[in-house]
Amino acid sequence: MTRITIHRIWKMFIAAAVAASTATAASAWEPTKPVQFIVPAGTGGGADQMARFLQGVIAKNNLMKQPLVVVNKGGGAGAEGFLEVKGAKGDAHSLVITLSNLFTTPLATGIPVSYKDMTPVAMLALDQFVLWVNTESEYKTAADFVKAVKTGENRKFKMGGTGSKQEDQIITVAIERATTPNKMTYVPYQGGGAVAVQLVGKHVDSTVNNPIEAVSHWKAGKVRALCIFDKARSIYKTKITADQAWSDIPTCKESGLDVEYQMLRGIFMAPGVTPDQTAFYVDLFKKVAATPEWKQFMEDGAFNQTMMTGDDFVKWVDAANKTHYDLMKEANFLAAGK
Amino acid sequence: MEEISALIGGFKVALSWYNLALMFIGILLGVIIGVLPGLGGANGVAILLPLTFSMPPTSAIIMLSCIYWGALFGGAITSILFNIPGEPWSVATTFDGHPMAQNGRADEALTAAFTSSFVGAFFAVLLITFLAPVVAKFALKFGPAEFFAVFFLTFASFVGMGKGSPFKVLAAMTLGFVLGAVGLDKVTGSLRMTFGHTELLSGFDFLVAVIGLFGIGEILSSMEGGLKFGGAKATIRLDAVFTTWKKLLKYWATSLRSCLIGCWMGITPGGATPASFMSYGLAKKFSPNGDNFGKGEIEGVIAPETAAHAAGTAALLPMLTLGIPGSPTAAVLLGGLMIWGLQPGPMLFVEQKDFVWGLIASMYLGNVVGLIVVLTCVPLFAAILRVPFSIIGPVILVVCAIGAYTIHNSMFDVWLMLVFGLFGYLFQKLGYPLPPLVLAIVLGDKAEEAFRQAMLGSQGSMTIFWSNPLVATIMTLGMILLFWPIISALKERVFSAPPTAKT
Repeated sequence: MTRITIHRIWKMFIAAAVAASTATAASAWEPTKPVQFIVPAGTGGGADQMARFLQGVIAKNNLMKQPLVVVNKGGGAGAEGFLEVKGAKGDAHSLVITLSNLFTTPLATGIPVSYKDMTPVAMLALDQFVLWVNTESEYKTAADFVKAVKTGENRKFKMGGTGSKQEDQIITVAIERATTPNKMTYVPYQGGGAVAVQLVGKHVDSTVNNPIEAVSHWKAGKVRALCIFDKARSIYKTKITADQAWSDIPTCKESGLDVEYQMLRGIFMAPGVTPDQTAFYVDLFKKVAATPEWKQFMEDGAFNQTMMTGDDFVKWVDAANKTHYDLMKEANFLAAGK
Repeated sequence: MEEISALIGGFKVALSWYNLALMFIGILLGVIIGVLPGLGGANGVAILLPLTFSMPPTSAIIMLSCIYWGALFGGAITSILFNIPGEPWSVATTFDGHPMAQNGRADEALTAAFTSSFVGAFFAVLLITFLAPVVAKFALKFGPAEFFAVFFLTFASFVGMGKGSPFKVLAAMTLGFVLGAVGLDKVTGSLRMTFGHTELLSGFDFLVAVIGLFGIGEILSSMEGGLKFGGAKATIRLDAVFTTWKKLLKYWATSLRSCLIGCWMGITPGGATPASFMSYGLAKKFSPNGDNFGKGEIEGVIAPETAAHAAGTAALLPMLTLGIPGSPTAAVLLGGLMIWGLQPGPMLFVEQKDFVWGLIASMYLGNVVGLIVVLTCVPLFAAILRVPFSIIGPVILVVCAIGAYTIHNSMFDVWLMLVFGLFGYLFQKLGYPLPPLVLAIVLGDKAEEAFRQAMLGSQGSMTIFWSNPLVATIMTLGMILLFWPIISALKERVFSAPPTAKT
């Protein structure tokens, strides 16, 4: 009796093993162990939120058999996370979500890591930046604001932003091209949420917060959106405040401030992986993008929903790196030897 | 009294069997997370966050916030028993909690810690319930100068704490500042003192330093002292909880002061860690038994625990009303809110009434549940000290190593922990105090950042620290505390002058 049972179990086991091996041979590559999803920033920020959101959507919709595990490696302005991916050559179980520090950190600190050391997977979306002022301030348009900085006292205007020599400060430098000879005083804070509150509390005069960081204060009527740093207006037409939707915010260019800037929310993986392995993740994120949860998330954060993969993505990244290099060079933000 | 009816509505939401069960699970998980050094509340909540995606948002946040309460309670356990703070805000609890355990009063210290935590949290929840809108506005007044003033006050309340030479205090604090400065300079965005080593990019993690300095240092001292724990002689008293409660009533003034400090620091948001340090420092200054602090004074447990828990709870207020997280754990919870489609900020209280009041009601319930859970375990925890050192010592060592490793999943941190352990032992031998060192590591870079932000804003003028009544008051208080030793000496001379004149 027991012998028969054992025998049957053994047979089933072999059958299952054979089935599993043929299945893998027939279909494409799949992760065989939990996938580490590195966030090159601290907990609670935009990249972290998106990573945890992706983890949730993938788990909820059962898009991947193995779990996705989010790990924060934000040391050295994200260099810690990028270095780990760079070092995990050939390991298809490490992903990293990027923010602009993919370009700015190597340029500003000289830490030997570059996007070229990693395998590009996909651009998920572009995060927007909006020029905000306190509702009680007298500036109604971006042109008012630029004029006031230009004709006022040098360095009197305080621009609050996240981090130093990163996206917010780079945008500030770009705005200053339009305000010559005057400059603003850039005050770095730790997180976008804190920056928004500093503006509401009037400790700074303006910010370039991402939509999601400031939306709640906008809704409450505490801050005013002057312009959005994109080529075209946002596509989201649902009213957020009593009379404004994201699509009602003019672009900075149409308001006479010729600055364009968006932040990459993209996925990279370790170097030396096979095309099969990259293809799996490209497919995975395409599936994510099709979920209603993702669409809602995009709308809540007023993201620019451009998705790119393959060569298009690589070209975009190369161009973005050049833009960052030029702006940072102009602002004297480059580390020695860069 | 709109709040009362809203709160009752909230209790209706929170008081289902399902939610109560989640509370128990959350508290238990939280206590475990709090006990394991390194696996802090933020990590714990982050790991468990995906589990809650399938739940309704209110139940999910109830469970996650209960993990948070559990971690706040649990942090005290290892601090008291083994001198290893499980969480940064429990560091100040070790100063008197551990000596109490060594004197065989572990149960008393644990009861005092848990009860104080509860009192602090309860006070903060009351504040959130009735004063949320007012308090949220207060938080808006805090710019860089105000933040620096708060940190300055924390440091000032610590001066003159060490029993030894003030120069040793200064030396320890300065070393802490140096260690705290390693890594990325957040104001200029360039690297400092990493000397090309990528391991140093993120600087010295506070928890690695603390696990080493306190935990490993303590084990080394115990080994030297004959391989046994001082607390082994403790008898297990089942009525310890009630006898301790009687004592606690005497210290209502300390409790109240600590509650206020905690709420204030939670809201601004300075956070639970500075709150616990400041509260400890002030309790020592104002207590008639101030000289006994550090030797096992129950007030030295009450003060930091009340303040830490009040701050931890109050920190949820700026998170809900302004969208700024008051602590790393609150930051992860904030991410959770967004995933459920809830946008934290001024409109949350208006748009999501059920959710907000359900959460507030769960704070009351969660803390009551938490207190019951941890208090029933006091005799059990205290009994751990009766296990022979030869068994528990290696266990602690392994737990410390795992704790240090989990912070960044890096072996380097484990070696670093051992180095800090040696330092901790040397410091003890040479009579250098550890608290100022730890305080400087944890708050040094934050204070520096706030100072430099303020300086950027004021174009380098120091007058910004006296530019409005709020910052001026805090700075002046700080100054008074800083020079308190001199002031009290002068006061003594003035007051003792008349009697000498009479004779």
